[in-house]
Amino acid sequence: MAEKILMKGNEALAEAAIRAGCRCFFGYPITPQTQVAEYMAKKLPKIGGVYLQSESEVSAINMVMGAVSTGARAMTSSSSPGISLKAEGISYIAGCDLPAVIVNMQRGGPGLGGIQPAQSDYYQATKGLAHGDFHLIVLAPCGVQEIVDLMGKAFDLADQYRMPVMILGDGMLGQMMEPITLPEPKEEDRSAKTWATSGTKGERKHNIVNSLYIQPDELERLVRERYERYAQIERDEVMCEEYMVDDADIVIAAYGASARIAKNAIAAARAEGIKVGLLRPITLWPFPKATFAKAAETAKAFLTVEMSMGQMVDDVKLAIECKRPVHFFGRTGGVVPTPAEILAEIKKIHGGDR
Amino acid sequence: MTNYNILIAGFGGQGIQFAGKLLTYIGMYTGLEVSLYPSYGPEMRGGTSNCGVNISDAPIASPLVVSPTELIVMNAPSLEKFEQATVAGGKIFYDSTFISETAGREDVTYFGIPVTKIAEENGIAKLANVIMCGKFLKETGLCDIETAAPIIKKLVPAKKPELYDLNMKALEMGFGL
Repeated sequence: MAEKILMKGNEALAEAAIRAGCRCFFGYPITPQTQVAEYMAKKLPKIGGVYLQSESEVSAINMVMGAVSTGARAMTSSSSPGISLKAEGISYIAGCDLPAVIVNMQRGGPGLGGIQPAQSDYYQATKGLAHGDFHLIVLAPCGVQEIVDLMGKAFDLADQYRMPVMILGDGMLGQMMEPITLPEPKEEDRSAKTWATSGTKGERKHNIVNSLYIQPDELERLVRERYERYAQIERDEVMCEEYMVDDADIVIAAYGASARIAKNAIAAARAEGIKVGLLRPITLWPFPKATFAKAAETAKAFLTVEMSMGQMVDDVKLAIECKRPVHFFGRTGGVVPTPAEILAEIKKIHGGDR
Repeated sequence: MTNYNILIAGFGGQGIQFAGKLLTYIGMYTGLEVSLYPSYGPEMRGGTSNCGVNISDAPIASPLVVSPTELIVMNAPSLEKFEQATVAGGKIFYDSTFISETAGREDVTYFGIPVTKIAEENGIAKLANVIMCGKFLKETGLCDIETAAPIIKKLVPAKKPELYDLNMKALEMGFGL
């Protein structure tokens, strides 16, 4: 196995993307993810790639759309306000059935908000990023190694299902350093992308990349086809970490950095004899509904912990069909919850259950 | 059980982030689990800097250091901010060049070392942070100088080998205090 190296989340993400064959990066700087662009700016020109700092986020996402139309692996990265600007382009990418990877290292909002870690873009990422019937696959890493692992997976999933994939992190994951092992570099393989507008050389009929369909019947058919793919993804691609759930009376639902903090609270609760476990969705869409439904058969209550005013909590309630009480604890605006605060919530619920 | 939750804080320019990196590397190369979370928020723009380092023999859950087991502070505002958050039984290392008094908690151990003054007197003015790391290694027993040496070598840029000697000098100096 390769030697472990210490890397910052944002830089590890960029290196992992390069090793997954990504040679095109378009973006506009914003804290707390600017190191992604910095790293790409240093590396990509040296290996025959394209790094371009666009004049705005709107143009960055459209540059991604252009690059992926030709079959290239391309990505962009931003933080919350920047993703809102990219929303229109992402809808077009979805409507054109194009693969693309978009990174959101979330910060506090709304508006320009703050620059500290937040998870308040959950609804945006999983429910309604932009207009139209569409989904992104949303992957939520909780550490630097998982950022690396999911980056390669994001490009593979995007290509396989021809759709945008989002890595939904937060400022903490982007800024923190942890030891990681990097995968071997992979060559980009465009051979399966027969739909790409890569030049006909006069040898084949030209391909068209388009999201405009004036005939309602035709548009409905295309959207339905896309939803068949989504159904397949919901069957095959769900990922969720189950941590000490089997004997847990209280199951915490948390993703990303919040899940890391929740684990400290779980250790403290268990030391006091309170049986607490964790379900950590790694795919936020598709949401691990079945895993939650199963946990609801044994757990007495759920506690959703987020760095938001409560967004994923809705999906938890839906997944368990409200069969158990679902409590919520969150801090927002860039405030990170502490293990002690989560432990206090656990005790409140535990007291109420008895 | 090995478990260090270290908080390092001071002015920007005092090498806070480097000290964090140094201790993190030492943890990593001695086979322990590590995480390093630097401050990047508004406080950084006010000229102060801090970072949290976790070193443990078990996987690290939260990278945040809220209640440090070891606090390293290089200026008075940082001591004031984090002194009470330090756990009972914890260790507080402070630069007594800039900090003249503590709250005098009886449930923690204080190590007041004038590292900036010592560094200046020895012609290694920018390495007060590393002297403090040396003192940290000695008082916590995280590792000895022989173990640290090859790790320092990995940390300094290959193009500037002279930095290795200077950092080792500073580390040994702190270890000997």
